[in-house]
Amino acid sequence: MKTETRAPGRALTIKVLRHNPADPDSQPQWASFELEEYEGMTLFIALNEIRDRFAPDLQYDFVCRAGICGSCGMVVNGRPGLACRTLTSTLPAEITLAPLPLFKLIGDLSVDTGEWMRGMSERLETWVHEQTTPDIHALEERMEPELAEEIYELDRCIECGCCIAACGTARMREDFVGAVGLNKIARFRLDPRDQRTDADFYQVIGDDNGVFGCMSLLGCHDVCPKDLPLQTQIAFIRRKMVTVS
Amino acid sequence: MKIVYTDVLVIGGGLAGLRTAVGVKQRGFDTIVLSLVPAKRSHSAAAQGGMQASLGHSSMGSGDNEDVHFEDTVKGSDWGADQRVARMFTHVAPKAIRELAGWGVPWNRVKQGEREAVINAERVVITESESAHGLITARDFGGTKKWRTCYTSDGTGHAMLFALGDQTIANGIPVMERMEALALIHESGRCYGAVVRSLVTGELTAFLARATTIATGGYGRIYKVSTNAVICEGTGTAIALETGVAELGNMEAVQFHPTAIVPAGILTTEGCRGDGGILRDVNGHRFMPDYEPEKRELASRDVVSRRMTEHMRKGLGVKSPYGDHLWLDISVLGKDHVHKNLREVTDICRYFLGIDPANDWIPVRPTQHYSMGGIRTDHRGESTTLKGLFACGEAACWDMHGFNRLGGNSVAETVVAGMIVSEFIADYCADSASDINVSTGLVREFVEREQAGLDRLVSGGGREQAGPIRQRMEEIMIDQVGIFRTGEELDRAVDELEDLLARSRNLGVRSSAPGPNPELVAAYRLPKMLKLALCAALGARERTESRGAHFREDFPQRNDRDWLNRSITTWPEAGASLPNLGYETIAVADMELPPGFRGYGTRNYIDHPDSAERDARIEKILETVDPDDRHARQAALMPFDHLLPEKYRPRNQRLEATA
Repeated sequence: MKTETRAPGRALTIKVLRHNPADPDSQPQWASFELEEYEGMTLFIALNEIRDRFAPDLQYDFVCRAGICGSCGMVVNGRPGLACRTLTSTLPAEITLAPLPLFKLIGDLSVDTGEWMRGMSERLETWVHEQTTPDIHALEERMEPELAEEIYELDRCIECGCCIAACGTARMREDFVGAVGLNKIARFRLDPRDQRTDADFYQVIGDDNGVFGCMSLLGCHDVCPKDLPLQTQIAFIRRKMVTVS
Repeated sequence: MKIVYTDVLVIGGGLAGLRTAVGVKQRGFDTIVLSLVPAKRSHSAAAQGGMQASLGHSSMGSGDNEDVHFEDTVKGSDWGADQRVARMFTHVAPKAIRELAGWGVPWNRVKQGEREAVINAERVVITESESAHGLITARDFGGTKKWRTCYTSDGTGHAMLFALGDQTIANGIPVMERMEALALIHESGRCYGAVVRSLVTGELTAFLARATTIATGGYGRIYKVSTNAVICEGTGTAIALETGVAELGNMEAVQFHPTAIVPAGILTTEGCRGDGGILRDVNGHRFMPDYEPEKRELASRDVVSRRMTEHMRKGLGVKSPYGDHLWLDISVLGKDHVHKNLREVTDICRYFLGIDPANDWIPVRPTQHYSMGGIRTDHRGESTTLKGLFACGEAACWDMHGFNRLGGNSVAETVVAGMIVSEFIADYCADSASDINVSTGLVREFVEREQAGLDRLVSGGGREQAGPIRQRMEEIMIDQVGIFRTGEELDRAVDELEDLLARSRNLGVRSSAPGPNPELVAAYRLPKMLKLALCAALGARERTESRGAHFREDFPQRNDRDWLNRSITTWPEAGASLPNLGYETIAVADMELPPGFRGYGTRNYIDHPDSAERDARIEKILETVDPDDRHARQAALMPFDHLLPEKYRPRNQRLEATA
């Protein structure tokens, strides 16, 4: 019952890229904090300790602290990931933390993924489009068990923003929907309750801000904390969109 | 002064809040949702194992219906529930599942034919019928007679929240993220909205509304170790309490979940045991059958948590630097099952413990999990004492859970209550009685009071810091207001919490950073949390019996004679050190299911004098009704149809009726 740890008590240096846009005097800069590591320490625990002891105004976002809600995406030693479930023992003694790029900075490690995701959802209409409202008093529509599982597989996205932060195209195209958006289209396309056709989907992702903007660098696939099959889904959707175009 | 007007202000962007917003919007009312975080990050997302609804499609759920679900829920509540509300709930739950299916939740489905399952640590073969193929299936959960918990792997809350989040967007409902309600605006027993602080700019705005709905979840974070998200600090409940008018119900009823991992306190779903996982002690011995031979690991949550604690007290826990724990063994389910149907659990074990639960045992112990208590409402979801204030979900004491809720019933309550309460809110908004006749002078007064409070924290020279006071509160709650309680410990808890509250009136923050200022946030939330802690501790001290999750070692019996009631706390004087505590009788004469034996341990409780009479009366009533017509029998005992919004009154279709 041991977690994967090196010797306890390692001296950690945690460097945080700090900036408070609400403060006109604030300039982006690295702040360095020294902590003693202990077994089971996560970046959630470490950042709370830093706030308690050294920097009461340090901004960051944690909600579930269990890797489920996607609030705590940040760049950890150059790689986007979920801070709450990252054990410090899996990192070298010097750790750098920076906010996810491309999202609006709220302060320090806190960024506005919410506004970005809502904008994407509105553009792609990421909800089931049905012609009729189902009768909630009657038996539900049947679905093959395997299909339900396949939909769930793609439904697991937590909109953490890591795929956007790791995306080359998103850096060049402000309106690129990213892997998160394309995966949602794949998810609703698979769902028989959504009566949109490929021609409908083409309308929203059939351009360079959609599936044809992807350069297949696939940083998204490498960093997705939920291990979503982004590579195959993007390739599949691109093929489908080519056929309707 | 910035003022925003809307019809329905919804505070809280989890499942209950979003479903309420969608409901009133579809009835043609304007609504705004305020949320501490992006709505899809709400704690609802953490519900893993599933949602109870008596569809009865899977063979192990065959024969299930609203009656069985009702009985399980009332017994689970240890007869603390409002039985009419429990009826409304069990009737609407299947509709909620089906509505969510239409919105895209990929509920797991019945697959016809034989499949292997683990029941009571043995592999068995279950045969699913051809007629149920493709309908929504269910797994087993604690305290239920049937397999009734519908699920999507172990990410049920996530799938539900994303479907509802997307419906919110589809309906064009604004969700204002990173907004925190600091106080309710009210006058002469009527609520008009809230003073709200932006967690980006730090600015205050007044939101005025015909109806204000609090759906902010539970108050688990007043405890040191909790499965709850870090935002579950109960501040939505607290701003209702701070009106001095709104009542809170059953604040001492706090549930501990048997299986959170040690030390992080993160939940592993009841589905682990529902699917056949077992609990083991330091010797690897499976101990639950020794205590509860019939229900074993799947006894009600309060019972399993107590038995586990009892077992560890005997020295049979596993020693660790973080205190004793026990083992949850799901390796018996096999790798395929664990990695497919319990994948969140697999992820949690992998990232936080460095183990694969398909091979290794998981270190667990009971951990604070759910708040049965909350804002006391009537069956319509409106505060019993503050007009125009509604509450639903975990923030409310509606009250379908009484003193213990069943697994899978809370995520179900969020959407069911949202469906029902939103209809009553819409009715209320359609009435001219909901018109907003409030002076801007009053609004200004409320905003200025909040701003003055914030300014005082930043520059009032207060010497106390929030951190240490909060830590002490959390320790008191877990040590003295926990699973096992005694009068002596509760006395000390109340005294010390009073002292902490007094100290919190002298808080000061070091940082005056513009923007959200996290230190300031911690400081202004703390007195609110302390007040909730005092409500819980005082309620627990005065309740000299054991009921559901509230267990008094010095009064181990459930005492229906003296305590068949709901604790009601209010805080009429802002400067008081303690809340007012009163009681609301739960009348046996109105019950469909009079108090009886719950089926755990030995039959040991003090009867209510009216119970026998009610039992006799029920027998007599039933003689006059067709024994084969369960609906007629139910209606003769405790009619509830008329309490429901009309659109939810039709009966639920089931498989046998379609054959």
